[in-house]
Amino acid sequence: MNDFLHIPSDLQNTYSGLIVLHLREALIPVLAGLVVSLPLAQLCVRFRWLYPPVLWSTTVLYAIPSLAFFVVLIDYTGMSETTVMIPLSVYSLVVLVPAIVDAVRSVPQETLDAATAMGFGPVRRYLQVQLPIAVPTIIAGLRVATASSISLVSVGMLIGNQGALGNLLHDANIYNRPVYAVNSVVTTAVLAILVDAALVLTRVLLTPWMPRGTGRAGRKTSGDRADAAVPALEESAR
Amino acid sequence: MIRIDSVTKRYPDGTVAVDRLSLEIPDRSITVLVGPSGCGKTTTLRMINRMVEPSEGTITLDGVDISRQPVNSLRRSMGYVIQNAGLFQHRTIVDNIATVPRLLGQSKARSRARARELMERVGLDVSLAKRYPYQLSGGQQQRVGVARALAADPPVLLMDEPFSAVDPIVRKGLQEELLRIQEELGKTIVFVTHDIDEAIRLGTMVAVLRTGGRLAQFAPPAELLSSPADAFVEDFLGADRGIRRLSFFPAQALELKKTPIVAVDSTAEQIAARTTPETPYLLVTGLDGRPLGWSEPEDLVAGDIDVARLLPYGRPFAYGTDSLRAALDGAVLSPTGWAVAVDDAGRAVGVVSQQAVGEAIRAAHAKGLTAAKVAG
Ligand SMILES: Nc1ncnc2c1ncn2[C@@H]1O[C@H](COP(=O)(O)OP(=O)(O)OP(=O)(O)O)[C@@H](O)[C@H]1O
Ligand SMILES: [Mg+2]
Repeated sequence: MNDFLHIPSDLQNTYSGLIVLHLREALIPVLAGLVVSLPLAQLCVRFRWLYPPVLWSTTVLYAIPSLAFFVVLIDYTGMSETTVMIPLSVYSLVVLVPAIVDAVRSVPQETLDAATAMGFGPVRRYLQVQLPIAVPTIIAGLRVATASSISLVSVGMLIGNQGALGNLLHDANIYNRPVYAVNSVVTTAVLAILVDAALVLTRVLLTPWMPRGTGRAGRKTSGDRADAAVPALEESAR
Repeated sequence: MIRIDSVTKRYPDGTVAVDRLSLEIPDRSITVLVGPSGCGKTTTLRMINRMVEPSEGTITLDGVDISRQPVNSLRRSMGYVIQNAGLFQHRTIVDNIATVPRLLGQSKARSRARARELMERVGLDVSLAKRYPYQLSGGQQQRVGVARALAADPPVLLMDEPFSAVDPIVRKGLQEELLRIQEELGKTIVFVTHDIDEAIRLGTMVAVLRTGGRLAQFAPPAELLSSPADAFVEDFLGADRGIRRLSFFPAQALELKKTPIVAVDSTAEQIAARTTPETPYLLVTGLDGRPLGWSEPEDLVAGDIDVARLLPYGRPFAYGTDSLRAALDGAVLSPTGWAVAVDDAGRAVGVVSQQAVGEAIRAAHAKGLTAAKVAG
């Protein structure tokens, strides 16, 4: 077991240190992506014509390999965590923007009408009615985005020791120690599962108003679509 | 008073939803807007709380042009109830009802206390307060919708087909509840429906709109039924307009016969005394005075009346509160052709024949016509 948890000295880190680094590099980008996506999605809902070009842009950005980002970013942010997190933030938009747009659009028209008729202004209506009702679909999007982000952190190994658990894979290769690879893959998978479980728990706590047992029955379409995107995204992980 | 003054609504795509509509909506009564689908009812209602702005014309509330009033405070002074209730699925029942008081700046505790008070008023068990909308039946949700609209005690209530998504029995209950609440609170209610029966049952005044948003007739329901303005209104009122009209004539106009009623423990002399040539049947009542059934006099054996062999008496009508429509219904349903009148306690107070109901209807119509002429 000790052998399994042994970390090669060139990584200059402990096992738990690698986990913390990995989580930081995976989750901060999703958070940043969420902060950008919320207003962006709201603009897309408000001005319908904006949605297709925004969607197109996020897809194009997603298609840019992270190495290309690194080449440009290293001049500004060096071989740092930030250099890894910026492309990951950009990648998360491809999932989060459509998820939030769908979520906000799926709020029933009669609920919105009722809010307007009771004298809610647009801002209050967004914060107190649309956003809370959109929570389940937004979290479905966050689950996909974090899962993909956790697996994508590994690309950080391209710029030295920033790949966190991904660097173990690299070391398995150069030291010819397959156990490093097993450790890397298993730990990454466990992290992804735990973070996902935390998100599901968050949703359950935030939405006592959802029918129990039927899961996301209310917003089947968008939730399912977000879930279906998981394998696709993981396949394209670089 | 809400006054709609030659208002036209033209949507950006050119649809004229409402065409030069003028209406004076009286205070503290229910005004119903009724008409076929797409005739502009919702549009008209939404112009009153400015969810839709008129293209031409003005709407005034107590003499003040509503387009000059701050839109959110205008809306908070008007309760709004829609089909399927439009409840906030993420808030508990009590918080749904407390919405407008909270918007008006009242404390959470006070708003919730008020909400609970309203739950009782609309016939909801207070134990439902902490539930979420998905845990309620359609009828209960609709009651929450009404309670929410009433929460800030607004003088005006706007209701857009509030009861059309529930089954007929629940709908009838909700309608009765609304009439009861209205009796207590005396709001100015504008009520949209496409169901003419609902319009006639609830409306103090009924505005019939035709497609294209033009007013076909604006009248009290009795007048609508007795003298529809044109073929469109007549057609919209449907085939049994005559029968429906009877709801407006009290059953008390009927002259009841009290002779042919015998108690189940009557003696042979009593039965003989109550048998007359013009009443071929006798109504047997229990010791509590409630009707049991009809029998031919010769089949009755004093001291040994077999209740199981009596003819059914159909549906009795309440003499004090029901209309000629209920009396006619009772007479038609009774196998003997005689309707039974009962008092509030359900005791038989008299019987009346189909023929007598028919005569009362003719008399009432004659009087109604004169009344309509006088009013016109
Ligand atoms: N936002 C809109 N843009 C364009 N046309 C509209 C809009 N809203 C309603 N209309 C049209 O205006 C007309 C009146 O619509 P409205 O909703 O007022 O009818 P309604 O009487 O309430 O019908 P229903 O009984 O079906 O609810 C219809 O022809 C409808 O298609
Ligand atoms: Mg409508």
